[in-house]
Amino acid sequence: MNTATIKTKINVAKSIPTEQAVKESVYSTRQLNLWYGNNHALKNIDLEIEENEVTAIIGPSGCGKSTYLKTLNRMVELVPSVKTSGEIHYRGRNIFDANYGVEELRTRVGMVFQKPNPFPKSIYDNIAYGPRIHGIKNRKILDEIVEKSLRGAAIWDEVKDRLNENAYGISGGQQQRICIARTLAIEPDVILMDEPTSALDPISTLKIEELVQELKEQYSIIIVTHNMQQAARISDKTAFFLNGEVIEYDRTDTIFSNPADKRTEDYISGRFG
Amino acid sequence: MRYIEQEKVVRRMNGRMIVNRIFQGLFMFATALALLALVILLYRIVSQGAGHLSLDFLINFASRFPAEAGIKAALVGSIWLMAVVAPTSMILGVGSAVYLEEYAKKGRITSFIQMNIANLAGVPSVVFGLLGLTIFVRTLALGNSVLAAGFTMSLLILPVIIVAAQEAIRSVPGELRDASYAMGATRWQTIVRIILPAAIAGILTGSILALSRAIGETAPLIVIGIPVIIQFLPAGVMDTFTALPMQIYDWSSRPQAEFQTVAAAGIIVLMVVLLFMNSVAVFIRNKFDKSY
Ligand SMILES: Nc1ncnc2c1ncn2[C@@H]1O[C@H](COP(=O)(O)OP(=O)(O)O)[C@@H](O)[C@H]1O
Ligand SMILES: [Mg+2]
Repeated sequence: MNTATIKTKINVAKSIPTEQAVKESVYSTRQLNLWYGNNHALKNIDLEIEENEVTAIIGPSGCGKSTYLKTLNRMVELVPSVKTSGEIHYRGRNIFDANYGVEELRTRVGMVFQKPNPFPKSIYDNIAYGPRIHGIKNRKILDEIVEKSLRGAAIWDEVKDRLNENAYGISGGQQQRICIARTLAIEPDVILMDEPTSALDPISTLKIEELVQELKEQYSIIIVTHNMQQAARISDKTAFFLNGEVIEYDRTDTIFSNPADKRTEDYISGRFG
Repeated sequence: MRYIEQEKVVRRMNGRMIVNRIFQGLFMFATALALLALVILLYRIVSQGAGHLSLDFLINFASRFPAEAGIKAALVGSIWLMAVVAPTSMILGVGSAVYLEEYAKKGRITSFIQMNIANLAGVPSVVFGLLGLTIFVRTLALGNSVLAAGFTMSLLILPVIIVAAQEAIRSVPGELRDASYAMGATRWQTIVRIILPAAIAGILTGSILALSRAIGETAPLIVIGIPVIIQFLPAGVMDTFTALPMQIYDWSSRPQAEFQTVAAAGIIVLMVVLLFMNSVAVFIRNKFDKSY
């Protein structure tokens, strides 16, 4: 699908007379291309991502979902062979600008990974990590941030009596919420989530889905998911990726009830992937 | 149709079990042989040297008379040597390992350096002694001081420490780095706050084992001209000194039979020092080791 069609779609979405109209764009991706060596992993991506929404990215494995997500906070550049072209504007500024430091970008854009990856430290030190690297030393302020973040990630009650215990000692689902709390502690604007529930049991998954719903009041969330039901349940917008291209991007209910592209329909109805 | 026929399996089972048992026996025999050699060695040394061990032995200087010979100068000298070797080799070794693992671009030059470090670990210690003689003793005019010997020994064990530290750093899961970078941490913050704490057990264990190699080395000390008989203690790193293995070597090469007893007592002291260092390494490994 070419870019013109995507733009039309976005315009269509915007013209729906809901609260949509007042929402601002957090990320606007323009003609993004990315290569791992010779592997052209992202092709001419154009996407507008809006504030205080949950944007889901779906598509079969290997289609570039994680790569796109990691491009948004430039984590993808840790792979030495990566080359990019095009622009990604975050709040109006091109993140590829030479004077845009990745550290600065990443304090605005948090990330939650597929596999829970707490640090081998106490729960408290995990949450306080972000504030500490950004220079906060005052114990009282740190205490407040830790409590606020843990409450924000709906795990305060479960861990408040064991803040000094190692984060490895809790269940996988709890660890993932600790990781979400750790991200909240840097007070981000956007939260990127790469299949955050794929390593978790159904109950933990449900908890995280509920949490995402709460978090979108304050944050813009972009979530990669392998699970189409999950995308349908929790997202406002859905982008369908295939072989490094955005095939279709629209309101989630439209994507799931009335997709414009045959390939989207095939994927959603489980015909491939 | 089934490929594995139950009857044949049963028929062959006996043979398999016998081979299994034969090899189990062989491996046990090999282990037992090594243990036996160790026990005999220990028994000989302890039975020979224990009689000479006493507080006097520890606080006396060396002497012409076997009965009065003590190990004070060598014991204190070895401690001085370690005081130079431990910080020098660990700072350089861990620094190089961090550079190679976290900063250097993986490419031809890096793998060339890597290969050479591995090769250096196999260079005989005499060669390091010659290097130390040329660079530290002569060119830098450090003489046969604690400092010159310490730097030489540091070079000797540097490759081992680098490799051990690299392995420890490499075993820190990439997800932890990702988590740190994704929160806006710089490379330096990630190294100091995440990677080194997670790798510290491996780094210390490897370093202590390398240090215990340095404490038992004689050849480089002989080459750089460290004396054997000294009647004073070094007052600083620029003074000369002697070390445990030098002293033991000297005693054991003397003609009088009594000195063999003194040498054995010296070996016991050296072994206690080594055992102590190794148990510190084991303790650290058990205490800090984290399973990811
Ligand atoms: N670190 C990497 N180095 C090289 N190629 C990679 C790397 N990560 C992903 N790729 C390639 O990029 C493409 C997209 O991968 P990815 O973004 O992980 O897909 P998804 O998350 O949709 O499963 C795949 O062809 C994959 O092989
Ligand atoms: Mg992925």
